[in-house]
Amino acid sequence: MSVQPEGQLIADKEISEVDGITVRLAGDSGDGMQLLGTQLTNTSALLGNDVATFPDFPAEIRAPRGTRAGVSGFQVQFANSEIFTPGDTLDALVVMNPAAMVTNIADLRRGGLLIVNEDGFDAKALKLAALTEDPVTEEIEDRYRVFKVPMTKLTRDAVKELGLGMKEADRCKNFFAMGLVYWLFGRSLEPTLRFIDNKFGKKLPDVAAANEKALRAGWAFGETTETFGITYRVAPAKLKPGTYKNMMGNQALAWGLLAAAKRSGKEVFYSGYPITPASDILHELSRYKHFGTRTFQAEDEISACCAAIGAAFGGAMAVTASSGPGIALKAEAMGLGFILELPLIVINVQRGGPSTGLPTKTEQSDLLQAMFNRNGEAPLPIIAAQSPGDCFDAAQEAWRIAVKFMTPVILLSDGYIANGSEPWKVPDVNEMEPIVVTHPPDAAEGDAPFMPYARDENLARPWAIPGTAGLMHRVGGLEKADGSGNVSYDPDNHQLMTDKRAAKIEGIANDIPAQEVFGEESGDVLVISWGGTYGACHTAIERCQREGLSVSHAHIRYMNPMPANLGDLMRSFRKVLVPELNSGQLRMLLRAKYLVDCIGFNKVKGKPFSVSELMDQIHEIADKTNANGQKVG
Amino acid sequence: MNLPVLKAADFASDQDIRWCPGCGDYSILAQMKKVLPELGIPREKTVFVSGIGCSSRFPYYMNTYGMHSIHGRAPTFATGLKATRPDLSVWVITGDGDALSIGGNHFIHVLRRNLDINVVLFNNRIYGLTKGQYSPTSEEGQVTKSTPMGSIDHPLNPLSVAIAAEATFVARSLDAHVKHLAETLKRAAAHKGTSLVEVYQNCNVFNDGAMAYAQEKSQRLENTIELEHGKPLIFGTDRDKGIRQVGTQLEVVNLKDVAEDDLLFHDEKAMDPSLHFLLSRMRHPVMPEPIGVFRDVEGVATYDEQINDQVAAAKAKHGEADLNALFNSGDTWEVAS
Repeated sequence: MSVQPEGQLIADKEISEVDGITVRLAGDSGDGMQLLGTQLTNTSALLGNDVATFPDFPAEIRAPRGTRAGVSGFQVQFANSEIFTPGDTLDALVVMNPAAMVTNIADLRRGGLLIVNEDGFDAKALKLAALTEDPVTEEIEDRYRVFKVPMTKLTRDAVKELGLGMKEADRCKNFFAMGLVYWLFGRSLEPTLRFIDNKFGKKLPDVAAANEKALRAGWAFGETTETFGITYRVAPAKLKPGTYKNMMGNQALAWGLLAAAKRSGKEVFYSGYPITPASDILHELSRYKHFGTRTFQAEDEISACCAAIGAAFGGAMAVTASSGPGIALKAEAMGLGFILELPLIVINVQRGGPSTGLPTKTEQSDLLQAMFNRNGEAPLPIIAAQSPGDCFDAAQEAWRIAVKFMTPVILLSDGYIANGSEPWKVPDVNEMEPIVVTHPPDAAEGDAPFMPYARDENLARPWAIPGTAGLMHRVGGLEKADGSGNVSYDPDNHQLMTDKRAAKIEGIANDIPAQEVFGEESGDVLVISWGGTYGACHTAIERCQREGLSVSHAHIRYMNPMPANLGDLMRSFRKVLVPELNSGQLRMLLRAKYLVDCIGFNKVKGKPFSVSELMDQIHEIADKTNANGQKVG
Repeated sequence: MNLPVLKAADFASDQDIRWCPGCGDYSILAQMKKVLPELGIPREKTVFVSGIGCSSRFPYYMNTYGMHSIHGRAPTFATGLKATRPDLSVWVITGDGDALSIGGNHFIHVLRRNLDINVVLFNNRIYGLTKGQYSPTSEEGQVTKSTPMGSIDHPLNPLSVAIAAEATFVARSLDAHVKHLAETLKRAAAHKGTSLVEVYQNCNVFNDGAMAYAQEKSQRLENTIELEHGKPLIFGTDRDKGIRQVGTQLEVVNLKDVAEDDLLFHDEKAMDPSLHFLLSRMRHPVMPEPIGVFRDVEGVATYDEQINDQVAAAKAKHGEADLNALFNSGDTWEVAS
């Protein structure tokens, strides 16, 4: 359904047309900031803007109210052109209390809008935020355009006639804030009114009515008071023609798995153990039992992985997912899956580590875990998704490789991708190519003995499943004899099987596309990135190219094996820069494999890269490396 | 259709068996091969899943489908397999170390979920494959390679654990009592839900004779008591002793002093596990140890049945899956060319 902004309501206020807006909504973790942000995102997407989001919330379910530890934020950028990040600096910041203000104000650009719920700034709130005085100082008012709005009081007034208790009334203040923000940026109320009706209309009509009143009151406040003299408009983005939908990474991943199952004529068996930020994949898939999806919430991580392997042995499309610490527990089972040579997808939605680390913050520091976290020689293919919508494609590619080569495949996502969202072009299911899966048929008495470890041209073994007459065989973790799969301790056989398994995985390089380059195929600087840093890197490089720098971008999707042309590509540039949200894991792999001296740009703060910090870094290297010694850009 | 009549030999794989000569495992393997043809399930529909340990080499010796997996996790592989392939007959082969130590967690959960599989737990109260360390069922004070001054761990009673997890089928048998073993395996196979059979199994290398009190024919009648549904608990070479319940305790009585009607009558069908738990607490040398079926409760839904029922119910409610409809559901917008 398409919607239009309710522009006709704007009477006498100035309207400013801008290319894009980056806004962050911040409040206490009980204030409903995530809901507010999600609604603003959906509404903006429906208006045809390109959107990108970045939720940021505490690890505690409810950190003490009003404290800095309990601040929950949601950032969204909506724009009139294609964007790849939720934005660096904020054009507008909405804060519900002092703690939210002091922890977020540094990201607001000079002259940006600071909208303050002034009712949230009483003495008690200041104390909770560990402040001795009101943070909205004269200096702040000079630096930003500050609007103080008594949101709590206005919300109470708006819902008074419904006779709600004070607590219930106050709970609606996020909808008031939403209404005000919608008015300011010309967003339609319709999608959110529909949301309120769907969520509360039947079950809790009082709550629905109160939320609606608060939302409309927020809008009306902007419209009627003299506080705001200007509103902003962002025109629709020129995206490729088609039907679009706003998608979060974990949802796209789950849908990608459903699509892969459909393409291969399989049903999904998904097993997981709850862990942030992977749990939403389990939640999402649990809703699609009518697709034949079976979900299993296991007793622990290794159980989840083992159950998936059991299902794979039986012929199902088996998937397990976790985050770094859970993947550590699955490692022994992954080694078994590797030697059994069964297809399996193991998803790692990475987060800050080590150990429990920063469970709700993003990082991409499990690449080496994916590469090496198994005993013995056990290489596995690794694919990394690059954006929320891309999770849909990455999941299908993981399954294609898993069945074609009969191997577990590791799929890397991260917290930034998983919880972020972007417009997703709805694919035409009828145009999806099949993923071919074959199981050998029944054998008759007198047929040659079945060889479970015979190999095809891809070095893949047959996927013979229980129930097939005449193909009875035993698999296990002990080394198997070439062909027959019987237990073998023969030294030469172990060498042979180790080599064959490695060659099989290495051979996947011939089955994947060559590494694409954004920009020239040679020059001063090649930036190599992977995973969720795609958006920031792409944007930074595009801007640097526009400034005239000789910089190109290679974003790697296939982490193992890597594309065959990658080494030559790296050698075609004077310098190779590898930005990563870790201490240099891809850089280590690239240097080891290609003997090219890459330069790292590394950050582990639980935060994504900003475009500007990447641009600074690219400039620094380009300046040093320009062939003519000239300053560029 | 004429189904071929299978014999025990048809279930033997072509692999050399590498258990120590005299190992109790041979007897369990032989009884399994004898029982399977009587079940009428084709070999290709039968899967053996095992963990790690001497017992867990079992699948290699069976001409069925099989998976020799990793330490303690056999129940989890079986869960994924059976949940997606309820048509298969799935057996988990495990040992006391495998099931109760490294796999203790999974052991509990597979039992409480009531997956329709059969678990055979070989209990020799020692780690055999790693050459003689004490196991979770080793007696207190047992001197082993890793406990030169005697084990200070309190042993775990697998059947008490299983009954506490409300397993729907719990039994015990002995490798040396082949007829009883075959009968017990058959009962386990017939049960719908997770069946657990603990088999006292002698390790003649590292723990020889640990259960001789139950295994030796001469001692068995005095030290074990054969459970029979609906029958009073009577034992002894001369069947002159019985078990009576007094409050929450069981005691051994002489039939000279107590009438049969006053003895405890075994009810394997009781949904309440309390009495079955009491039976599992009977330990040598204070009490005779029960062998046979402690518990065989019917009518409890199985995990595999329910996971597949939910899929069927969802399909009935929402119709066959339609990816196009899913992808276009909710709020969407059009970008024109």
